[in-house]
Amino acid sequence: MFSFENVKYKNIIDIENLNIEKNKITCIVGESGSGKTTLLKFFNKLISPDSGEIKYMDKSMKEVDSVELRREVVMLPQSPAIYEGNVKENLLIGIKFSEKEEIPEDEELEKILKEVSLAKNLYEDAEKMSGGEQQRLALGRIILLDPKVYLLDEPSSALDEETEHLVIEKMVEHVRKTNKTLVMVTHTKRIAEEFADNIIEVKKGKITSQGGIDNE
Amino acid sequence: MNSIIELSIMQVAAAYIFSLVVLIIVKVRGISREKEIIISTIRMTLQLIFTGYVLVYIFENMNPWITVLVILAMEVFAIHNIYKRTKGELSKKMKTIIAGSMAAGTLVSLIFFLFIVIQISPWYNPRYFIPIAGMLIGNSMTGISLGVDRLVDGMNSKKHMVESSLMLGATPKMASKSIVDNAFDSAILPTINSMVGMGIVFLPGMMTGQILSGTSPVTAIEYQIAIMMGILGSVSLTVILFVQLGYRTFFNKEDQLTLNGKK
Repeated sequence: MFSFENVKYKNIIDIENLNIEKNKITCIVGESGSGKTTLLKFFNKLISPDSGEIKYMDKSMKEVDSVELRREVVMLPQSPAIYEGNVKENLLIGIKFSEKEEIPEDEELEKILKEVSLAKNLYEDAEKMSGGEQQRLALGRIILLDPKVYLLDEPSSALDEETEHLVIEKMVEHVRKTNKTLVMVTHTKRIAEEFADNIIEVKKGKITSQGGIDNE
Repeated sequence: MNSIIELSIMQVAAAYIFSLVVLIIVKVRGISREKEIIISTIRMTLQLIFTGYVLVYIFENMNPWITVLVILAMEVFAIHNIYKRTKGELSKKMKTIIAGSMAAGTLVSLIFFLFIVIQISPWYNPRYFIPIAGMLIGNSMTGISLGVDRLVDGMNSKKHMVESSLMLGATPKMASKSIVDNAFDSAILPTINSMVGMGIVFLPGMMTGQILSGTSPVTAIEYQIAIMMGILGSVSLTVILFVQLGYRTFFNKEDQLTLNGKK
């Protein structure tokens, strides 16, 4: 689905070769400062490499419209922005941004909250929620967008271990059920080993290992 | 009521007592501002004397070219002043947008105001053209300076929010909408606030001047109302042009946030 060839970016990233398969779950692991987040930002063209080529569905990223791409390949940053307003408005902001015509009913929104284990009312003030709750809200926001590819940057960094496991498990389940692609940055190797089809290890901007995991 | 008291040199000189009082206060209290007070007093005096004689010359030798030249000089000075006033270095593109918005916004308002509202004749009559241009350009300059600061600050401090919105599939325009709106709002707020207090809290300078020179207060307020509308229009037009074009300099053609508005 994505392929990288001789991609260089500042002094941060130097990748000779990388492939991300469709309908698979890929985890990017590595120490902090190794370039994991930067790497993730290439997938939705939030940044472009200084040299080399990245392809999305066999099409050069240079020819792909950035905004169109970001509506198919949605990213959840490590500390997602919470917008002024209540839970419902925060869930729907992605729908508004991506100019989707169909606006989901409250019922569907409540289902999503359940999916990300967030026991909140749709009309509660989102800015008053805790960091962990906000992160789950933001996760719900992108599930609602139903993208082809999910990019998650440490989706559980503000959660306790138990909730973290639960949320990621549900996310992975959702991705598998709906036949989507997931690329997730995580610092917890345990999580990567448990859920990933493919683990990419990054060290100082270079890929030190990439390979499939036999989950069965 | 129809004749103004002409001030003699001695009378004007007596007014400098106020400046002296301030000088004594800062000296006694040990506030080191003497230099600035002296310089600003001298600068104001020299600049006004110079402008007074230039205006006398221009009014006596009415010429369309001179009027146009003066307006151009005012624009250039105002634009330069905006560059100087904003914190940090502005990118070249941002500077071009500031200059373009200033010129377009103020000139459109000025032309509408002079030829449709006041209907001056001849069209280049400097007695109307120059002071009114001064008010429109001056107020727009203040407005756009505020707008630039707010836009640059907003883009930098809310970088995270803008980027998060891009990640959700927002266009740069959607992602920066709240910052752009906020910049526009802060830029026109002083003008709106001054309208609220006008006539009760203070008498505006132009109106005071007209009344002192013997014009009926009724005529003076007619002019004041008209000019306030003109100023509001000019400030809004200039600032909306600026913010609508300016936010784009923070993104590249790949719709990526580059924060290049400020280098």
